[in-house]
Amino acid sequence: MTTSAPMAPKKLLIVGGGMVARRLVDAMRDRDSVGVWQITVLAEEPRAPYDRVALTTYFSGRSPEDLALGDQSVWEDHVVSLRRGVAARHVDRDARLVRGSDGHDYPYDAMVLATGSYAAKPPVPGNDLHGAFVYRTIDDVAELRQFVEDLRTRNPRRAPRGVVVGGGLLGLEAAGALNALAVETTVVEFADRLMPLQVDTGGGAALHRLITGLGVSVRTSTATAKVLGERGRVAGMQFADGEQVRADVVVFATGVRPRDDLARSADLGVGERGGVLVDSRCRTNDPAVWAIGEVACIDGRCWGIVAPGYAMAEVVADNLLGGDSTFPGADTATKLKLLGVDVASFGDAMSTDPNCLEVVVSDPVAGVYKKLVLSDDARTLLGGIFVGDASAYAGLRPMLGRPLPSDPVGYLAPASSGSVADLDLPDEAPVCSCNNVCAGTVRAAVSERHCTDVAAVKACTKAGTSCGSCLPLVKSLVSKELAKAGIELSTALCEHFALSRSELFDAVRVTELRTFTQIIERHGTGGRGCAICRPVIASILASLYNEHILGADRGTLQDTNDFAMANLQKDGSYSVVPRIPGGEITPEGLIAIGEVAQRFGLYTKITGGQRIDLFGARIDQLPEIWRLLIDAGFESGHAYGKSLRTVKSCVGSTWCRFGVQDSVALAIGLELRYRGLRSPHKLKLGVSGCARECAEARGKDVGIIATEQGWNLYVGGNGGFTPRHAQLFAEDLETPDLIRTIDRFLMFYVRTADRLQRTAAWIEEYDGGLEALRSVVLDDSLGIGADLDAAMARHVDSYQDEWAAALDDPQTLARFTSFVNAPQAHDESLAYVAERGQARPARPDERTSAVLIAGTTLGVRP
Amino acid sequence: MITTSSTSPLDRPIEHVTEWVPICQVREVPHERGVAALVQGVQIAIFRTHDDAFFAVQQHDPFCGAMIISRSLVGTRNGRPCVTSPMYKQVFDLETGECLDAGDQTPVALRTWPVRVLGHELSIGIVASVTNDTVTGGRSR
Repeated sequence: MTTSAPMAPKKLLIVGGGMVARRLVDAMRDRDSVGVWQITVLAEEPRAPYDRVALTTYFSGRSPEDLALGDQSVWEDHVVSLRRGVAARHVDRDARLVRGSDGHDYPYDAMVLATGSYAAKPPVPGNDLHGAFVYRTIDDVAELRQFVEDLRTRNPRRAPRGVVVGGGLLGLEAAGALNALAVETTVVEFADRLMPLQVDTGGGAALHRLITGLGVSVRTSTATAKVLGERGRVAGMQFADGEQVRADVVVFATGVRPRDDLARSADLGVGERGGVLVDSRCRTNDPAVWAIGEVACIDGRCWGIVAPGYAMAEVVADNLLGGDSTFPGADTATKLKLLGVDVASFGDAMSTDPNCLEVVVSDPVAGVYKKLVLSDDARTLLGGIFVGDASAYAGLRPMLGRPLPSDPVGYLAPASSGSVADLDLPDEAPVCSCNNVCAGTVRAAVSERHCTDVAAVKACTKAGTSCGSCLPLVKSLVSKELAKAGIELSTALCEHFALSRSELFDAVRVTELRTFTQIIERHGTGGRGCAICRPVIASILASLYNEHILGADRGTLQDTNDFAMANLQKDGSYSVVPRIPGGEITPEGLIAIGEVAQRFGLYTKITGGQRIDLFGARIDQLPEIWRLLIDAGFESGHAYGKSLRTVKSCVGSTWCRFGVQDSVALAIGLELRYRGLRSPHKLKLGVSGCARECAEARGKDVGIIATEQGWNLYVGGNGGFTPRHAQLFAEDLETPDLIRTIDRFLMFYVRTADRLQRTAAWIEEYDGGLEALRSVVLDDSLGIGADLDAAMARHVDSYQDEWAAALDDPQTLARFTSFVNAPQAHDESLAYVAERGQARPARPDERTSAVLIAGTTLGVRP
Repeated sequence: MITTSSTSPLDRPIEHVTEWVPICQVREVPHERGVAALVQGVQIAIFRTHDDAFFAVQQHDPFCGAMIISRSLVGTRNGRPCVTSPMYKQVFDLETGECLDAGDQTPVALRTWPVRVLGHELSIGIVASVTNDTVTGGRSR
């Protein structure tokens, strides 16, 4: 008999599957490690909670999965159950049951309403015409996108025209989305300026100029009268003054209303203007029911931004677990990039304090407007607005309500003179408002919890893991704290080089040194290198000069795969991969590979890169194998190198009923162009002949997808430990432009990435991210385009097949000897057994008992 | 060139060698790389450093079981010559065989043999029996 039964877990039912619901799940799982609460989430949308704030990025090529919030493994947690596509229909508070749209009853001990808001269409005539949209969910956005694409198909000669009703935050997001879809866009705002809630008249004027400059028309102080229609479709817009504009699509972004219908039908208290009434602990008038996020009416109002919702989620999690925390008040600070324009505001941005002072810098030429609101003694920071350049925001926002250490004008100066590092933030100053992390916590992560880089601090404190706007500040705090502890943020490659890989690349390029000895003597810190720096230098020399990897002293730098020009397997044998460009191979080629495999008893397997891997070759067999392969017309596939591997393709328009471009020809062309290109990590490309994407190009470092007009280019995808989808880089490129863009992208990556840093991580860490890379690669903002082009041209011109060259060089061939004193003998420790008709390495227990098919005697161990 | 003198206290005294087995010409061992040799049925890895010192250690990688140590990268750690296994990157001191970096595993040392260079000929010293585990390593200049 057991002495006491474990307590049954209590049931927490979260109604709603948005960002705030996700935050509540995280907050519960962080604190409730033993699983006192069993959590069920009813999500009306057919997907896990996603980043609604980043919805517009859906238009720059991100897929719904890319918008997923946080670590998705939380949904596999045994105490968390996510019901996708299930809405709550009815609440029985007496029985503590919620009836779901799937017909199930969900019992609860505590229920949290996190149903959010809905986008309201203003009651103007015509708001239900085909082509009138709201902007709230992934589905809204996907429908809008489809609608615009259909418009283009219906009338390819004219750009579609769109009107966005509402010039607030959401309206400008929607305008950005339409702009990205190449729709001629007009934004209509009732107030006298754009973003009236966030910026003042001066900021509104600056924003107006900047946005008009991007080709978006803006009409302020304008009321809409009706949507004009033709045959049930949107045809235009009429304003209160009688004026009309033509439009094919209308997006309403006039505000949101709390979705409190469930609470109303359950007789829970609601606010005058909607929203579920809650106390400072987010509890409704039923102690078992709570409300958080946009649906909650707290202190008499609802909050339509995510930060207060996150704070409420934390409050509820704390209270459910026996705490007594209360809502700390809403942080309304906002920082956004709208249509590429930085906008930020915080604190008393509108200068409502009658005694306050304003310091304003307005520069219409540079397109910036900055304002600080200060107390009457001009010392304490009360708020601020930034339009056009918000670089000072991250550092200043935590100083809200505190005295500024120096002349406020200094913080409004352009560029870095007002940089975040100049401020000595007090420990209690908030740094990350999404996750409520203060400066002291970030410092302690370094000084007490021994984090030595930003990534570790992010993992340890969660600072900067939501919207990321505070990351510059976190970075500055971390490096200052590390410096205080006498630690510099080390980018040193290893004990032999104080330089990072990219620094070493530049040093080697500039000094034109060609041997390891010269390089380590000139740039090293002493010693003769190691398994980290030697291969890096080999890779740098190969990227710069493309000479044979085993020539001069370069053989001493190659890790075993490059040294043997084959892939080391677990038993010490190697595998061999001939190049099969684009995955296209003749029957004769297949037979030749088959014959080689038969002759040497090699295990064969098709790789993920559309080629054939031959396993089980001894090092002394490699030259003979390659002689046969080269005679049959093959060349090295560089499967052993940190270099271009394959360009995967679908069969494309040559055969496929749906293909719109010849993906195979392009893939072969690219593979032959970049073959042998050494890089910080392996590189994979893919080409799909239509949007069906059968080549899985978006899982590649460089992915190309055919369009009717040309090619769309995606970058930064990979499989592996942390899979990533490639992001859209450029659209509808013609082939020569496409190739030049890939040339520059790859060469820039080769030059500037860290050791073993794949393209996705490189893009993420590149200062300014994908946008900044676009300006380097597409607009040549650094003025290095011609240099990158020339470097790639050198690579292409100097390519030679490494294996063919090795077979012609007796000195290189000597390296493939089994034993220096017994070249006829071979490694007898290799032993194989048959499985499914092929050889595989024998397991230790099989070496003595099983029937070995090769290596008939065991090697003698020392 | 006769180079059998020991400079390191770690070197095994020369008189314990019962037999010097000629292996190859010095030029057959490339600088900062290894070769494999078969000595009385035992696989041995022979290395030559930048400053023309020669070392012999076991070819058998004690961590993965494969005969691959001769295919290691050669380098230094804190000034001591060392090799890094090509399989799972454990680092071994060439002079003593000591495992300097075992990752998350328990360190296991490599066995070493004395090396002698007479003229252009490189030999490995056999000590009583090559399976005698008490033998420690050597270095030849």
